[in-house]
Amino acid sequence: MFLAKLLFKNAFRHKLRTALTVLGVAVAVLAFGLLRTVVSAWYSGVEASSASRLVTRNAISLVFMLPASYREKIRQIEGVKTVSWGNWFGGIYIDEKNFFPNFAVDPKTYLELYPEYLLSLEEKTAFLHDRKGCMVGRLTARKYGWKQGDTVTLKGTIFPGNWEFVVDGIYRGRDRGTDESQFFFHWEYLNESMKKTAPERAEQIGFFILGIKNPDRAAEVAAAVDRSFKNSISETITETEKAFQMGFVSMTEAIVIAVQLVSFVVIIIIMAVVANTMAMSVRERTGEYVVFKTLGFGSYHLAGLIFGESFVICLTGCAVGILGTFPAAKAFGDAMSTFLPVFFVSPRTVYLDVLASVAVATIAALIPAFRVMHIGIAQGLRKVV
Amino acid sequence: MSVPPPLVKIRDVSKSYRRGSQILPVLQHIVLDIAEGAFLALMGPSGSGKTTLLNLIAGIDRADSGSITVGDVDIMSLSETDLAAWRSSSIGFIFQFYNLIPVLNARENVELPLLLTGLSRKERREHAETALQVVNLADRMDHYPSELSGGQQQRVAIARAVVTDPLMLVADEPTGDLDRASAKDILDLMCRLNTELGKTIIMVTHDPRAAERAHIIRDLDKGVLNDVSGQTPL
Ligand SMILES: Nc1ncnc2c1ncn2[C@@H]1O[C@H](COP(=O)(O)OP(=O)(O)OP(=O)(O)O)[C@@H](O)[C@H]1O
Ligand SMILES: [Mg+2]
Repeated sequence: MFLAKLLFKNAFRHKLRTALTVLGVAVAVLAFGLLRTVVSAWYSGVEASSASRLVTRNAISLVFMLPASYREKIRQIEGVKTVSWGNWFGGIYIDEKNFFPNFAVDPKTYLELYPEYLLSLEEKTAFLHDRKGCMVGRLTARKYGWKQGDTVTLKGTIFPGNWEFVVDGIYRGRDRGTDESQFFFHWEYLNESMKKTAPERAEQIGFFILGIKNPDRAAEVAAAVDRSFKNSISETITETEKAFQMGFVSMTEAIVIAVQLVSFVVIIIIMAVVANTMAMSVRERTGEYVVFKTLGFGSYHLAGLIFGESFVICLTGCAVGILGTFPAAKAFGDAMSTFLPVFFVSPRTVYLDVLASVAVATIAALIPAFRVMHIGIAQGLRKVV
Repeated sequence: MSVPPPLVKIRDVSKSYRRGSQILPVLQHIVLDIAEGAFLALMGPSGSGKTTLLNLIAGIDRADSGSITVGDVDIMSLSETDLAAWRSSSIGFIFQFYNLIPVLNARENVELPLLLTGLSRKERREHAETALQVVNLADRMDHYPSELSGGQQQRVAIARAVVTDPLMLVADEPTGDLDRASAKDILDLMCRLNTELGKTIIMVTHDPRAAERAHIIRDLDKGVLNDVSGQTPL
């Protein structure tokens, strides 16, 4: 108790220096937390993917389609429970900068496979029965002020023309990691239009989503699907949704690694700053530590005082930094919602903040504590006097 | 007639410092007995080794050869940890520059050495307050060192030295930084601790006025100990 009080007093003896160091730690923790959150936002698609869903696509590339007739064949494969499908639509709302992902999907099976998109029963019924209906994530709906019943026009890029949709449902995510920025409409609507305007592009599917009976057998089922289309006109690649999402992320992996690297550099810099503060404080107080030793206090007491002081400084800064991370992440996430629709500070990030602060405190106190522990008393007292 | 064995028995103690290839002898074949309850002043020119000798007796430095026994403890054979424990229970330290902890008030400074004892918080407080009463500073308990005069700070330091009820007090120029009046107060206090509480005191000093308050004066010159006073045996 007594020594705890003493180390607190020591920590705040040099008020300006300590305040600046605490501020430094707070800013570093804030930066670290934000950068980590950016990284996890980047991987949010991977995180949100389910182990019981497989994605089948054209083996050559995602831009090549698969025949709609594959549906039946896939359904018959052992282990497959539900088959859904869709096309990347790539429509633009008014202007190119208003980006949100939009897909033509088979609503009934799609909603079955994605229980994390929450709609009211009324919305769901409306959407399923409205050929020109669409459902949209609440993030995007809020952004453009869409209400249920509104008519929204998307300009097709891959599929030319102006496409009108009625907003039948606005979905919420069941989990924090669920992407609430997407836009879905009926694949049938797209297909019928194609039949009329460009028949050669009808009955074409961009990707299949497969619900499987047993996630443990995902690899087997995926192999079976690909095997059944071997040597056909369009060979397939089937992988878990996670692997599929990972494929997207890995294209930008270099950036993610750079961000991660920067987040660690921030910690190393603050380590140097705190180490400097601790070295200065302890050097100024060497005489006092020598007096402690003279009175019979052991190395552990002294190390306790020095490490304790370092912890007080770092954990105070850490607390301030973590408290600041939430509003900062909110502001940042709102501004960046187009690119990083799922942006929240995860508990893991908070743990990492604390872990980093503990590491900084420990390493910063190491050298001063070692010095004080090994200083000879007679030698030390001469310096005091 | 049986003479009680001395409290401190120093036999043939030598110490030298090494500076590069040069060996600098500081203490040479010191032999010294200090009786329990003695008040001994150690004098001598600057650099003669007074502080070094005091440090050896107090167990904060190590001799090169010889033996030092305090009570029945051969302190030269103790490990660092045992030596620290021995110091905390047996020695009270008084320094020239008081060496109080600036962020602790007078009572907390005095309480500090008691943290190494098994005393409860309440007992520690009571002991500290008693010690401060002994040095006449009961009314300054909540003052921080920066709010006290040099003489008052030294009195707090003395309270800190006696609060554990040690075997002996060691003081290195306790009046060296004080004006004459404050110095007299401190010396009066030390005499009282010696006569009333029976504390054995070893005091290094330059000041003849301080030395004459002691019962025994020993003179150290170039590392060799000489008799000065007419040895008032106790
Ligand atoms: N660490 C050291 N390395 C080398 N020489 C040292 C060291 N410490 C002390 N000395 C030398 O040992 C000698 C005795 O020092 P000591 O401090 O014991 O003298 P002193 O009698 O207390 O002097 P003063 O009256 O000035 O305090 C001095 O010559 C000093 O320079
Ligand atoms: Mg000296």
